[in-house]
Amino acid sequence: MNMNVKTEFKYVGTRPIRPDGPDKVTGRARYGADLNVQGMIYGHIVRSPHAHAKIKSIDFSAACKLPGVLATMSADDLPEPGDRKIPGGEVEMALKTFSPVVMARKKVLYHGQAVAAVAATSPELAAEAARLVKVEYEVLPHIMDMHAAARADAPLLHDDVYTQGVDPAPTTPSNIPTQIEISTGDISKGFAEADLVVERTYFVPMCHQGYIEPHACVVQTDENGKVDIWCSTQGAFMVRTLTAAVTGIDIGRFKVTASEIGGGFGGKTTVYLEPVAVVLSLKSGRPVKMVMSRDDVFRATGPAAAAETRVKIGVTRDGRITAIETDILMDCGAYTSHPIMAGVLFNSACYRCENVRSFGREVLTNKPRVYAYRAPGIPQPVVAVECVVNEIAERLNMDPIDFRLLNAVDEGDVMAIGIPFQAIGLKQVLQEAKAHPHYTAELKAGQGRGVAVAFWINAGMQSSATINVSEDGSVNILTGNPDIGGSRASMALMAAEVLGIPVETIRPSVVDTDSVGFCDVTGGSRTTLATGGAVIKAAETLVKELRKRAAAIWSLDIEEVDWTGGMAVAKSGTGLENMNREDAATRGDKTLTLADLAARAGATGGPLCAVASHNAHNAAPSFALNICDAQVDRETGKVDILRYTCVQDAGKAIHPAYVEGQMQGGAVQGIGWALNEEYIFNEQGRLDNPGFLDYRIPVASDLPMIDTVIVEVPNPLHPYGVRGVGEVPIAPPMPAVVTAVNRAAGTRLCHLPLSPPKLLAAIEAAEAGTA
Amino acid sequence: MQSVRYEAPTSLDQAARTLLGSENAKILAGGTDLLVQMRLGLKQPGLLVDIKNIPEIMQLTLGDDALRVGAAVTGALVGEHAEARRLFPGFVEALGLIGSSQIQGRCSAGGNLCNASPAADSVPALIANRALCNIIGPAGARSVAVESFNTGPGKNCLAAGELLVSIDLPLPAHRSSDAYLRFIPRTEMDIAVAGAAVALSLDEAGICTAARVAIGAVAPTALLVTAAADALIGSALDEASLHAAAAAASAACSPITDKRGTADYRRKVVGVLVRRAAAIAKSRIEAQA
Repeated sequence: MNMNVKTEFKYVGTRPIRPDGPDKVTGRARYGADLNVQGMIYGHIVRSPHAHAKIKSIDFSAACKLPGVLATMSADDLPEPGDRKIPGGEVEMALKTFSPVVMARKKVLYHGQAVAAVAATSPELAAEAARLVKVEYEVLPHIMDMHAAARADAPLLHDDVYTQGVDPAPTTPSNIPTQIEISTGDISKGFAEADLVVERTYFVPMCHQGYIEPHACVVQTDENGKVDIWCSTQGAFMVRTLTAAVTGIDIGRFKVTASEIGGGFGGKTTVYLEPVAVVLSLKSGRPVKMVMSRDDVFRATGPAAAAETRVKIGVTRDGRITAIETDILMDCGAYTSHPIMAGVLFNSACYRCENVRSFGREVLTNKPRVYAYRAPGIPQPVVAVECVVNEIAERLNMDPIDFRLLNAVDEGDVMAIGIPFQAIGLKQVLQEAKAHPHYTAELKAGQGRGVAVAFWINAGMQSSATINVSEDGSVNILTGNPDIGGSRASMALMAAEVLGIPVETIRPSVVDTDSVGFCDVTGGSRTTLATGGAVIKAAETLVKELRKRAAAIWSLDIEEVDWTGGMAVAKSGTGLENMNREDAATRGDKTLTLADLAARAGATGGPLCAVASHNAHNAAPSFALNICDAQVDRETGKVDILRYTCVQDAGKAIHPAYVEGQMQGGAVQGIGWALNEEYIFNEQGRLDNPGFLDYRIPVASDLPMIDTVIVEVPNPLHPYGVRGVGEVPIAPPMPAVVTAVNRAAGTRLCHLPLSPPKLLAAIEAAEAGTA
Repeated sequence: MQSVRYEAPTSLDQAARTLLGSENAKILAGGTDLLVQMRLGLKQPGLLVDIKNIPEIMQLTLGDDALRVGAAVTGALVGEHAEARRLFPGFVEALGLIGSSQIQGRCSAGGNLCNASPAADSVPALIANRALCNIIGPAGARSVAVESFNTGPGKNCLAAGELLVSIDLPLPAHRSSDAYLRFIPRTEMDIAVAGAAVALSLDEAGICTAARVAIGAVAPTALLVTAAADALIGSALDEASLHAAAAAASAACSPITDKRGTADYRRKVVGVLVRRAAAIAKSRIEAQA
């Protein structure tokens, strides 16, 4: 264990009520659509009725004749993206994969793609005007099937996409933007050494994050060129970067304020409406509000990729994995956001194996551009890997957790991509799961149990924090990360820990891009680690300043002043290490509380504040395991999830309730993806289920209580041992559920979701002996 | 932009006159279907006639011969009526499956019927219970057997100016009960992939003396399946007769394949539901004192 990681805490690890809680449960909290400003008008987007077509012309004349229509826009109002890259991010992103998702240029590539927009004095009028915009299309054949799109003779979506990752670089364009392969050892030798080889192919459908709050924004511009944006987003600074890039307006003219956010899960780490509202506001001279319908959200935002994964795993008779080969084909929709990467790099990262080959290709189809969804790119191949691991354990007559313990990676092992693991918690997670009463609970006939584990890398990236002390000694923390999962509470806890003051005296705020230093998005499981790290750093800077002020008051050297229990204490001669406030006072030691120092701030050098920023390179991976019990109605194919347990290594759970919330939420989303959630496209290439009636996320009564066990193997690189918890929970549920259902039903269904008609057909095939 | 007029008549006469005088009128009961359809752009009425201020339409009364359910009496009210629950548990549970708690405070059996969705939950239960629809219109009052009320998806037998006033459920004979089951992939907040209602009467020896079987979501309208009932009548509701009723229901339906299920799947599942619903109705009779 790294000696710099703190393990004894007073505030961290407790469960105070979240500071944003009362506002959220009483309805006071303001979300994206809740802001109204004087003179505001309403934008409405004209969307493509075709899955693939050339835009021949756009005629606004009829729309403009309606009284109250104040602005129109199309891609002609945005700069040509060309080959420009979007500045700022560590991973370079091509503007041409963002700009046409905001507003199509020359071509539409999926049904529902934005083609034009209007703004008018009421939402109804704007909708009416949008219907009057005349767009002339030349319809092109659409390709929905990724296998068909991957063929060399397939019609092309883009004439300028050449497969990256192929040597030599191809000279003809294709629908495959990316091909990637990693390998280590000798895969043929690995399979030759195996006593048992199992190979299967699993399909996972395109699915949506299903955040409850639709995208919404209000944009106000003024005659000085200032652009104010209020929106529901996972990152105000990201909105600033992307909106500036898409509109061609200088970053310095923007101020972005993130509203409260009703869920994102990665889906709100890009922009859709904001650049459109900016243009409409500039052209009309009025503030513009835009709100997506649920239909818009399903058709025209960024769902998770569909994927087909073939996996082949070899093992010795005694259960040692000798080779793992994976081949992934991933449906990215109309433009790539490179979801294949993590899937190829990390699909078998839980296992120690000398011979690994992992290969993947992205395919473009006439569907919405897929975008981030918790641990992007990982759940799809992990279904295949984990289901095959369960099958192998069964065939070897080994307990599936024992099999994984035998093959689990540990500190010092090197990942297939060449990075060695530091301290990690996979074995502890496996042991906790094995010891859990759920794992040995009896199953009845017709019931089945599945387990699965998963790895996620977690991100660091850039964050800033400011701490201001009020005259009464209360403390404000400012960060730029929208609070999705309880991050205000976590920031307050970490600051309380450093400052030694009650967490209730700390007011954490999420502020706009003019009011705090740059922060990357709330995403990548990074906020507690990286923004929390900035808060800790700022609090430590503040403590140093407080000691300096106290030292000046006492005419001591700063080294003679310590900070403990929320106050400065003169070291003069007493046994400081045993001191608490009462003792100090009893002994007559000199102390100054934070309130004392705040009251005298003016006289000792001015207001007390501290700022910190960093690029966090201390992220560390997380592992999670799920146990699922399922029961199947053999006459209808209906699945009941009977019992469910999540075990996860959090590193350190700063606020355990919100760690449990992440685990439970991931499990529920994964159960939905496994059983019923899927994008269903009709023959015209239109989404047939763009609403929560026929896009079936689980409802509360579909689920048992999701039990949680937090494991804490500290991240040796973080001062409090934090790893990040938000993404890995989505990876183990699908294989845990699929294994449980197949065991309960006596089937081997590999095509998700395991919806009742499909499962009933598989049961009947198994009973007829044709499976 | 199109505007919508709103009228709230306080008598049946007034309602009939209002309806007759308008080209594009829609009756507004709870609005749980109509308002959603308007929002989706599927219906664009010029006039909404709110019938909830008409006394006959809002009354739930237990008479000597029938339970009379006013056309806009909410599901929640029916669910709280102890005698309704005792006499028609299957109908009450069918009505209670519509939507959420909030929707239950607005939706009604009359609305569910008039909306004429093939998947309406309360309609098979009304058919199984021999319900009669009381209609008023320019030509006076008439009654229609509920199984004849709907004529296709979104279509019913109401002529111009006609209005559904109430639904009568004749009181069941001694040792009778009913049950309704639907299949949905979730546990609630969903629309039936298939549905089945069964109403039974048994003699003291447990032999079925009367039966009505109705199925939903497997044909353009909910269907009364007499062949399924015939398979039950005269039997002790043993496995063989339950399976025969299931097979008759599967044979009678003409389902479609859509995003909610395949025709083949619906055909199989509707039989399973008939068999299970019959078993529940039987157990309810056996549990009667």
